[in-house]
Amino acid sequence: MSQVASLHTAVEPAESPLTPESWGKLGMWIFLAGDAVGFGTLLAAYGVMRATSADWPSPYDVLGINLTAVMTFLLICSSVTMVKALEWLSRGDRGKAKMFLFFTALGGAIFVSLQAYEWTHLIHRGLHINGNPWGATLFGTSFFIITGFHGLHVTAGVIYLLSILGVVNRRPDPAASYNAVEIAGLYWHFVDLVWIMVFTFMYLL
Amino acid sequence: MASDAHKHPNYMAIFWYLAVLTVIEIAVIYMPLAKFTIGVLLCGLALGKATLVAMYFMHLRFETRTLGMIAITPLVIATLLIFVILPDGFAVMKKTEGSRAAAPAPARH
Repeated sequence: MSQVASLHTAVEPAESPLTPESWGKLGMWIFLAGDAVGFGTLLAAYGVMRATSADWPSPYDVLGINLTAVMTFLLICSSVTMVKALEWLSRGDRGKAKMFLFFTALGGAIFVSLQAYEWTHLIHRGLHINGNPWGATLFGTSFFIITGFHGLHVTAGVIYLLSILGVVNRRPDPAASYNAVEIAGLYWHFVDLVWIMVFTFMYLL
Repeated sequence: MASDAHKHPNYMAIFWYLAVLTVIEIAVIYMPLAKFTIGVLLCGLALGKATLVAMYFMHLRFETRTLGMIAITPLVIATLLIFVILPDGFAVMKKTEGSRAAAPAPARH
């Protein structure tokens, strides 16, 4: 009898075995692992196309790194404000948590704006998705697809963060929104992590 | 329960590590080193930064081992993928070089 009962709990456990706090956190991790495969595929393909191309332009000369270094720094800062939001929420200060969540979303919005500026500038200089004056066509194609896919993630992240800000605002008990903020944080740090890779492989290398 | 169960590491220290590593990354590309050495250094620095973000900002250090395995899987898959598609890339390169030799000075937009 007790065996049956334990079997039953094994089939439908009350809490997630990997993330006891919430199933949502496990869900987000699995989503992020899938999303990371997407980015990993794009970056691996980029690496192979570049390594086997005879006329790949130097990214440093075409793209420049001054603006993107600032963008990288901005994204790291927004990751810090994200963890600060979570830290203040765990201390029970909803006001400070909301403020830091807002700063995080603002950092993301500025990042996307700077990316739009960078794209416009590069398009005016002749870098197009189907050709460019410096060499391999795939240079422009991969640049716009990979940075665009990342920019899309940042844009989605800003919307996500603002909606979580609304959740914190609606729930008077800070503990009630802790999981939601932590899960949103996972997504946001992942976007930062991917940018670290994109910045290194597409701009610096 | 949630508030007490969570440890918060020193986030500002992680921030400074990340900032310093970014400065080193940018400094590395100006160093008079072989291209291969610069590549290896940059990959190492990027992986180091990514690890810091995952371990401390995403709290992976305080999670179960299995969750860490889930997180590391995409990196393994992407690395393997490079070796899977590299031969195809070389085949395309050979073909392009062959056609270039056959028809010199191809028109490019």
